[in-house]
Amino acid sequence: MNEVILKAINVSKYFELRAYGKKRIVRAVDRVSLEVGENETLGLVGESGSGKSTLGRVILRIYKPTEGRVFFKGKEITALSETKLRPLRKEMQLIPQDPYASFNPLISVGEALSEPLLVHRIMDKNEAKEAILKIFERVGLVPPQEYFNRMPYQFSGGQLQRVAIARAMLLNPRFVVADEPTSSLDVSIRASILKLLKSFQKRYRQAVIFITHDLALARLVSDRIAVMYLGKIIEVGPTNEIFKHPLHPYTTALLTAIPTIDNYKAGKEVYLKGEIPDPSKIPSGCRLHPRCPLAEEICSKREPELVEVTPRHFVACHRAGEW
Amino acid sequence: MNSKALIVKNLRVRYYTSKGEVKAVDNVNFVIDEGSYLGIVGESGSGKSTLGYALLNLIPSPGKVVSGEVIVKGVNVLQLRGEELRRARGELVSIVFQDPFTTLDPVRRVGDQIVEVMKEHGISENEARDRIPELLESVGMPARLARSYPHQLSGGQRQRIAIAMAIALKPAVLVADEPTTALDVIVQRQIMDLLENARKLGTAIILITHDIALAAQRAELLAVMYAGKIVEIGPKDEVVNSPAHPYTKGLIKSVPGLTTIEWPEPIPGFPPDLTNPPKGCRFHPRCPYEIKICEEKEPPLVKVGNNHFAECWLLTHEGNANE
Repeated sequence: MNEVILKAINVSKYFELRAYGKKRIVRAVDRVSLEVGENETLGLVGESGSGKSTLGRVILRIYKPTEGRVFFKGKEITALSETKLRPLRKEMQLIPQDPYASFNPLISVGEALSEPLLVHRIMDKNEAKEAILKIFERVGLVPPQEYFNRMPYQFSGGQLQRVAIARAMLLNPRFVVADEPTSSLDVSIRASILKLLKSFQKRYRQAVIFITHDLALARLVSDRIAVMYLGKIIEVGPTNEIFKHPLHPYTTALLTAIPTIDNYKAGKEVYLKGEIPDPSKIPSGCRLHPRCPLAEEICSKREPELVEVTPRHFVACHRAGEW
Repeated sequence: MNSKALIVKNLRVRYYTSKGEVKAVDNVNFVIDEGSYLGIVGESGSGKSTLGYALLNLIPSPGKVVSGEVIVKGVNVLQLRGEELRRARGELVSIVFQDPFTTLDPVRRVGDQIVEVMKEHGISENEARDRIPELLESVGMPARLARSYPHQLSGGQRQRIAIAMAIALKPAVLVADEPTTALDVIVQRQIMDLLENARKLGTAIILITHDIALAAQRAELLAVMYAGKIVEIGPKDEVVNSPAHPYTKGLIKSVPGLTTIEWPEPIPGFPPDLTNPPKGCRFHPRCPYEIKICEEKEPPLVKVGNNHFAECWLLTHEGNANE
């Protein structure tokens, strides 16, 4: 087994909302455990509102968890101060969904990528420029000199996402969270961005969490897949297992609903009623039970735990294996 | 023989911008039968939404329909003005947008808004109010939600209301412009099923989407747009299984399936700037099969199967002779 790079134990992230004088607690992530090893890609899939992006930010310690513990290369980072986190930051990177929102529109991308290198005295100005030109070439921005002084608005979405990948990979991180890195792009260029990410992952044996709502994409890049629903991981297992033998009705419903060009049919079909509820009003027991066609009495009363059903394949469902 | 729900002839739409004239829709022709289902797929900027708006004579300034006919049940919608046009929208052809927030009035109850639509088309207030429960039920909403304001509803529910309004007058054609792009797959499936129901009642559906898998799953006929033109149109199975146009082939290869583990292949290059589209075939700079004539002359529309057409020189004698 490869070295565990990132480990989260029972992490939660609650947000407090105040609207019209009423206080509401949103349990965006609710007691989730996961780990990612060296040279492994974990696909984190779920609908919007499932908490997958929040979880990604908690394990990068962009957010501080409300409870639970986060370890990076065996070292606990749950409560580290910004100063103490700083040396670790270059080893943990985020690739955001919308590249335009993640670049300062007023400075050139060359400057934007140089700045952290200079501030942390990792390189001098010339070395930084050289490193950036080199990585631009690797991400397919050729000739790199032509792109160095460009402003973000002078890039297409696909090109700017390449710059964002260059920024994340510049210091050879051990751990990368890619948060829907292709969903703002046109379908015809998604594949090239994915291939690029995968090539970095393989070459540097990175641990990657790939967050997406697109199961077909998750399937291509992931070694394992974790499915989230309303702040919980409800099923996790090897990619092939998830697609061939989904155990949770929610996973099965996603596979039933996904349109594919090649007429994929989920082994079983599940149709859910309604929509994902407001995360400030999480249902009792199993959080899927009001929408689940298989729900029984116990489902509204007791929350199911993640249980290993076949090797490395875990599911949180009272009725797993019964249907 | 079936009668025709919609005939589109020589449709051209231009936008007049400071950068020049944008040829957003160029010489588009197609015919669909009553109660049939057409999927129009293309990338952003292909002109697919502009085409959809033109079907309702709804092109916003600085755009203009410069030529062509849009005939719904024998009426040329492009020649209607004022009151006649207002009535045609809704009775002959209606539209559902990606974001229903753009169509719903935020400060009025949704039930009142549906009543208003019916009153505008000559239905009495009482009759309209009587029809609300049935109409809401037909889109899977409890009648009590008629008293809600748009912000109290979820994205899926708002889209259900938008569909209820669009089908209230049983139009011959319903244009759905990326109706589920903002929604998750499970809700997408529910909304797509509603469109299917509308179709069973005799309304022809035109689904405009960037998602070729979704269109392929739902539509009978598939049209592929590139740079303002329909480059291929035909029965869904034929277009997906034996695509004739190189762009269609590329588009199909660029989306991952779920039955194989083939990596999707990107289409190299970018869609052209429509103020100055490439001479000859607009796809030739990106086309892997380009031959000399492609950059010189626009390709003709070629019949490649029963009701299946594509615009490509490779399908012609001239193209093959030139090779």
